[in-house]
Amino acid sequence: MTAVVLQTVGLVRRIEGVVSHTLVNGIDLSVHKGEFLAITGPSGSGKSSLLYLLGLLDAPTEGEVNICGRSTSNISESERAQLRLTKCGFVFQFHFLLPEFTALENVLLPMRELGRLGAGEMRTKALALLSSLGLAEQAHKRPHQLSGGQRQRVALARALANDPEIIVADEPTGNLDTASTEQVFSLLREIADNGRTVVVVTHDPMLAARADRRIHIVDGKIAEAIVLSDQKPIATAVPAERIIST
Amino acid sequence: MLASLMQGSQIDFIQQLVDTMPHITVTDERKVANVQPAEQQYAAVQLSNSAITEQRRGIKLPYVVMSSIEAWLPGSVTPSVKTTAMINHRGGRFAVTLTGIDPRLEVQVSKLGSQMRKGQVSDLSKASNGVILGEALAQKIGVETGSSILLAGGDAIQITATVVGIFRSGIRQIDESQIYSGINVAQVFVGQTGLVNQLRLRLHDPLIAHEIAAQIEAQTGYKTVSWQEANSDLLSAFAVRSFIMLTVMGAMLLVSSFATYNIISTITYEKRQDIAIMKSLGMKEHRVRTIFIIEAAILGAVGIIFGWGLGFALCNAMSQITIFNPLRGNTVPLQMYYSVMQYIISGLVSIGCCAVAAYFPARKATRVHPVEIIRGAS
Repeated sequence: MTAVVLQTVGLVRRIEGVVSHTLVNGIDLSVHKGEFLAITGPSGSGKSSLLYLLGLLDAPTEGEVNICGRSTSNISESERAQLRLTKCGFVFQFHFLLPEFTALENVLLPMRELGRLGAGEMRTKALALLSSLGLAEQAHKRPHQLSGGQRQRVALARALANDPEIIVADEPTGNLDTASTEQVFSLLREIADNGRTVVVVTHDPMLAARADRRIHIVDGKIAEAIVLSDQKPIATAVPAERIIST
Repeated sequence: MLASLMQGSQIDFIQQLVDTMPHITVTDERKVANVQPAEQQYAAVQLSNSAITEQRRGIKLPYVVMSSIEAWLPGSVTPSVKTTAMINHRGGRFAVTLTGIDPRLEVQVSKLGSQMRKGQVSDLSKASNGVILGEALAQKIGVETGSSILLAGGDAIQITATVVGIFRSGIRQIDESQIYSGINVAQVFVGQTGLVNQLRLRLHDPLIAHEIAAQIEAQTGYKTVSWQEANSDLLSAFAVRSFIMLTVMGAMLLVSSFATYNIISTITYEKRQDIAIMKSLGMKEHRVRTIFIIEAAILGAVGIIFGWGLGFALCNAMSQITIFNPLRGNTVPLQMYYSVMQYIISGLVSIGCCAVAAYFPARKATRVHPVEIIRGAS
């Protein structure tokens, strides 16, 4: 049985204000190593908010997120940033590449921040990453010179730069045409098959169907969890995987 | 530029001031009352109003004192006799300070030689009872070179003197009340031959006058006054002026700091999305902040280079402006003082202000939570 990489216990995210608003309302979830998890749900259901919590971009109001067996409650903002840097890779709906930097420099950015490799090694690795995603020729172009699909692949390369355990993608194909969508999704699938955990938020039921497991979120709660791939025994073993009727 | 102008005029003025007067004056006055033997013996004794035995005026053995000072003095020294006199001329009486000088040594000690408008210092030794008057005084009493004036002293001594020269120091007080004569004339006027009651010194480096004065006072026991001490009011006025200048410059820096603050605020606001991206990738807050502070420092550095160029050009332009200089009695260009230090200091201070002014908006911007911006953008 593969290890649990990402686990949440009673996760709640509430925005306090004049009118309090609960984005995520008590989610228990375990994601295993090498699993491809799709999160679906209508707009405003809190699926993106859940993703930000999973990717440590946001801190939960209640409950906790454990990454690689490590509790992340009560850690400082800079420790949180360090965990993001080493354990999580992000892909957003908008590529969010820095416009002044070339594709290569964008990929180098998280590596430089981590500072684990020498300048030459970082470059070699970034170029290898880009060419593995079919972007060898685009390495020295700036984001505005790239197509949407290419940009998203650069963003993917950047997410992979520090060999994270988890790739978190928020509608990575939301703005792409069918061909590019197919390309990006196959890459994500491949990444998961290579042993990394991938968590994707998507609207597209066809794409969600290609994941190992799909959870459907309504009003911040898991409304439905469907195990799609029985190749991985982990799916049924997840205790948090229970169906909550809304 | 401002500093250059202010320092320029100040240095010019002090130069004139220093040139006009001897750097150190040694007089036969004592700064404290003589210590009585009883006071030396018993701590409780305090004497006041003790009768002063008449002492022979002047510096004892002036030439011995002079040579003992000259042995180590980095400069030159001249003996003189200073006394007060009245000029009786056309029914008017004008109180003046008469200084008897040695014309040969005087030129080494003061700029009197170069301040002469008419006649020469050496003319003092040619004419009997020759005197040199300040220009303002000569105009006031209406005399020219060659005129005779009547000098009256304290001991009912009157001598008739001939004006052999007219000088202009530029300091009105001196020009109006200072007259020079030969040292022997002054000694006769005072009624004590061989009297020297004042030694005037000129140093190679006027800035050490204060220390040298203290040293001479310790050595000879006579009262010494350095030019700094004599002009302490002027020097303190300069200190106030410098302070005002610094305040003005500080205010200007404050204004430019606000400008930097504004610029960096705008830049960070424009880059909010990039900040959010970098933070979401796991960059730490202080690292992102550093980027903006470095950016501000670069902006500052570029500004400094332009500012240096502009400042230098303005200084050059200002030095073309001429104004009337009372010290020289003619119009002269504005005195500018150029110093690399000014540029370095202004540069460092500006960079510092830039970095500080950038820190706050950068801190504010980088504190932003990435989720808020990413959510807003998607």
